[in-house]
Amino acid sequence: MTKIGLEIHCQLTKLESKLFCSCKADYREFEPNTNVCPICMGIPGSLPLLNKKAVEKATLIAMALDCETPEKIAFFRKNYFYPDLPKNFQITQLNADGYENTSIGWNGKVTVDNKEIQIRRIQLEEDPGRLIYEGATERTKVTLVDYNRAGTPLVEIVTEPDFENPHHVRNFLNILSDLLENLDVSDPGLEGAMRADANVSIEGGSKVEIKNIGSFHDLEKAVHFEITRQQSLAEREIEIIQETRHWDDRRKITVSARTKEEEGEYRYHLEADIPWVNIDSNVKNQLQIQMPENISSKKERYISKYNIAPQVADILASDKYFSDLFENANNETNAKDIANMITTDLMGLVDTREKREQSKLEPTHLTDLIEYIKSNKITRTSAKLALEEVVKTGKSLPQIIEELDLGHVSDESTLSDIISLVLSEETKAVEDAKQNSEIVNFLVGKVMQKTHGKADPELTLTILKKNLGL
Amino acid sequence: MDLSISALDYQRGIKNGDFTVEEFISKSLERIESVDKNLHAFLKLNDLALENAKEIDRKIKSNQNVGKCFGMPISVKDNICIAGSITTCGSKALEHFKAPYTATVIDKLNSEDAIIIGKTNLDEFAMGLSTEFSAYGKSKNPWNMDYVPGGSSGGSAVSVSANECIASLGSDTGGSIRNPASFCSVVGLKPTYGLVSRYGLVSYANSIEQIGPLTKTVEDSAFLLNIISGIDPNDNTTIDNDNEDYLSNIDAGIEGKKIGIISEMTNSEGINDEVLNSTNDAIKTFEKLGASCEYVSLQMVRYAVAAYYTITSTEAGSNLARYDNIRYGYEFDTEGFEFNSYISQARNMLGPEVKRRMILGGFVPSAGHAGKYFLKALKVKSKLIKEINLILTGLDFLISPTVPIQPFKFGEKIDDPVSFMLVDFNTVTANLTGKPAISVPYKIVNGLPVGIQIMADSMNEIPLLQAAYALEKTVELPEVPI
Repeated sequence: MTKIGLEIHCQLTKLESKLFCSCKADYREFEPNTNVCPICMGIPGSLPLLNKKAVEKATLIAMALDCETPEKIAFFRKNYFYPDLPKNFQITQLNADGYENTSIGWNGKVTVDNKEIQIRRIQLEEDPGRLIYEGATERTKVTLVDYNRAGTPLVEIVTEPDFENPHHVRNFLNILSDLLENLDVSDPGLEGAMRADANVSIEGGSKVEIKNIGSFHDLEKAVHFEITRQQSLAEREIEIIQETRHWDDRRKITVSARTKEEEGEYRYHLEADIPWVNIDSNVKNQLQIQMPENISSKKERYISKYNIAPQVADILASDKYFSDLFENANNETNAKDIANMITTDLMGLVDTREKREQSKLEPTHLTDLIEYIKSNKITRTSAKLALEEVVKTGKSLPQIIEELDLGHVSDESTLSDIISLVLSEETKAVEDAKQNSEIVNFLVGKVMQKTHGKADPELTLTILKKNLGL
Repeated sequence: MDLSISALDYQRGIKNGDFTVEEFISKSLERIESVDKNLHAFLKLNDLALENAKEIDRKIKSNQNVGKCFGMPISVKDNICIAGSITTCGSKALEHFKAPYTATVIDKLNSEDAIIIGKTNLDEFAMGLSTEFSAYGKSKNPWNMDYVPGGSSGGSAVSVSANECIASLGSDTGGSIRNPASFCSVVGLKPTYGLVSRYGLVSYANSIEQIGPLTKTVEDSAFLLNIISGIDPNDNTTIDNDNEDYLSNIDAGIEGKKIGIISEMTNSEGINDEVLNSTNDAIKTFEKLGASCEYVSLQMVRYAVAAYYTITSTEAGSNLARYDNIRYGYEFDTEGFEFNSYISQARNMLGPEVKRRMILGGFVPSAGHAGKYFLKALKVKSKLIKEINLILTGLDFLISPTVPIQPFKFGEKIDDPVSFMLVDFNTVTANLTGKPAISVPYKIVNGLPVGIQIMADSMNEIPLLQAAYALEKTVELPEVPI
């Protein structure tokens, strides 16, 4: 049986500052090497100062993944030389002899496609800086280091090898990133905020680790490639050796890592500069109180309380952006309409991260739109146009209706004129309508065409019927 | 003007108008000028010292608030950072390293109007006990210039002992304050781990080291501890001491106190007769002062030096890994090097003792060997802590000679690392257990000093200094012959 395990690194991007200093956790806007200080640059004499909020956020993740959590946590140094590592060691956590149960969490679980995936452990650590390679030829090649990212709080989530296929992996990652977003600890959509390594083995073969996978999308591909590669080796009776392979982003294949990367050469030892942190039951209770409602109970609530269709409830609950909007816009009586408006009309307008960031939409806009539709101040069709405008400009609904002239044509004489025009143009339909009342709707449609959807539907029908003598 | 006065006498002198800050500082600079060519306590002097002195004099004259140090000259070991000035750690690798910030202890001294007169010599990265491993040349013992001053805070001890300044700050990882204090006949205190902020101290073995004062008297030690101790938001390992006052009740005496004499440190083969005799004499003195003394055994002390070198090498291997010459360092052409060979080349700047410990630090905690060395050392450490905590439930103090031997001659031990390491035999226990310990000058035998070490339980600096003060009051020592 194919076994796949994952090691996911997730930045706590919602934190203000880095894990051990007051530089910004969100380093993305900065010029190279400007989001740095003596601590994250490892200047001699500086000492790490633990960001307690990071410990809380990480613990929240552990609790949400049903992990066991420790009474106190310890940090360790993982020693290795790399230019992106300012101290040439990384402050991380370790499940070592004598220090059992000192990391953020362990023994958790998540259900994916009706199968339980075990979480082996969760730990909190610092992200290294970034290397940027420049120059095309061997002679002009240079490596540049940007330490802006160094020290960003990172949560490592390690699963047991419980996945059986790439699709399964993909579904898990979707569930996990929705969960992290729902906890308000991370923005998984940010470039580099979530990275993963995978280990893959097929029946009878050794475990192969795949590193360097840049995105979740590529992870699925890399796993798929690796399974195929191992199967084809097995078919030809070639031994599958235990090794680390790197994902080649360009060629979309895995390649054997030339250097040996063995666990244990890291000379792990306790980081004495950071005293052990107590996470007593008080702290845990506090966190439990802060814990946002989880996605599945949110979904259940939407279905049972508001009678929303399960598919709609699923979309709303698993996307924090939508569920926040929904919770804030609905006033109990309009819940179903708000839900439908989000999943039918709004979704296409905010389907990317950039669009969401640029959107000027406020929850009250949705409340107003539904209100206007219900009280016949605007048609459904016009509401759609108005929503587009709201997302673009953020202007109030009355203002948009005014500016775009989206209000109902409910003035009887104006409407009568238009109807007369339609009746004179559609002589055949007029005759048919007198026999078959269904045809009246066709005439209503024609009126709507002429008014660009603004005609008050009820009034239109009344006038039409009167004119047709129905 | 008497440059040999204590910090408290200096305070009184200024308050009485016996001398001005400027007078004292300029005399101190003259003294340094004349003796430091030979002693080599200082690596760098503060160019602004006289200017600072004038400024403080002006404040005094115009009755402004003046800090408790009144401009007294204090030297600082060159592994403690001061913004904008060079901190070499006694290493060529940091010859040009300018820290962008100031250590907490320096900020605290500055806010009390101390004048940092200069940075003092040390064994490279504080690894050593003679200053022979400084990349900038050795310091000499003012009592006899053929002899080592001890280390690693050797420059600090020399500067105080030779009356080049009033007091000094050193750092103590395995005895680096107490050892040179003993060898140069000054008072050296290693505080409880966490009592003094390490922010700005360049780490060697960060789990056990502390900054502490080297002074002419025990009172001065308490005076400086009052200033430099306390919780620091820039060091997560610091402890809140509620601003306790180490000085006000220092003459409380030690009547009725129970003292344990550590057998392993007085019966060891390595102890000199002169040192043993002085220690026995000190025991009698303690008894005369009304304390009761008994021999006690700390089994783990026998393994303490081995555990100490294993743990410190491991931490040094990690703490010194950052000197890869990428973010700061010295001019060095990167052309033709890939990363690993560049690092090797960069690390060539480190001296022999540092290299020795880095190699050891790469080995003892490594996957195949940690069980035999590093993890065993940690076990010794935790057993030693248990043992000493148990023994201190029935005793107030533990005493021993600070160093089993008197100062040795330059070159005498440099080629024999193991005998070098054994010099630390009596001092490393306080570091491994986090306990406070002080070295008090007790005798001059054959022209060379002997110090007595007193250890107490964690955060018991108040009684510790009272005991040290009581012992000091019984001692009459000759003037330094320089």
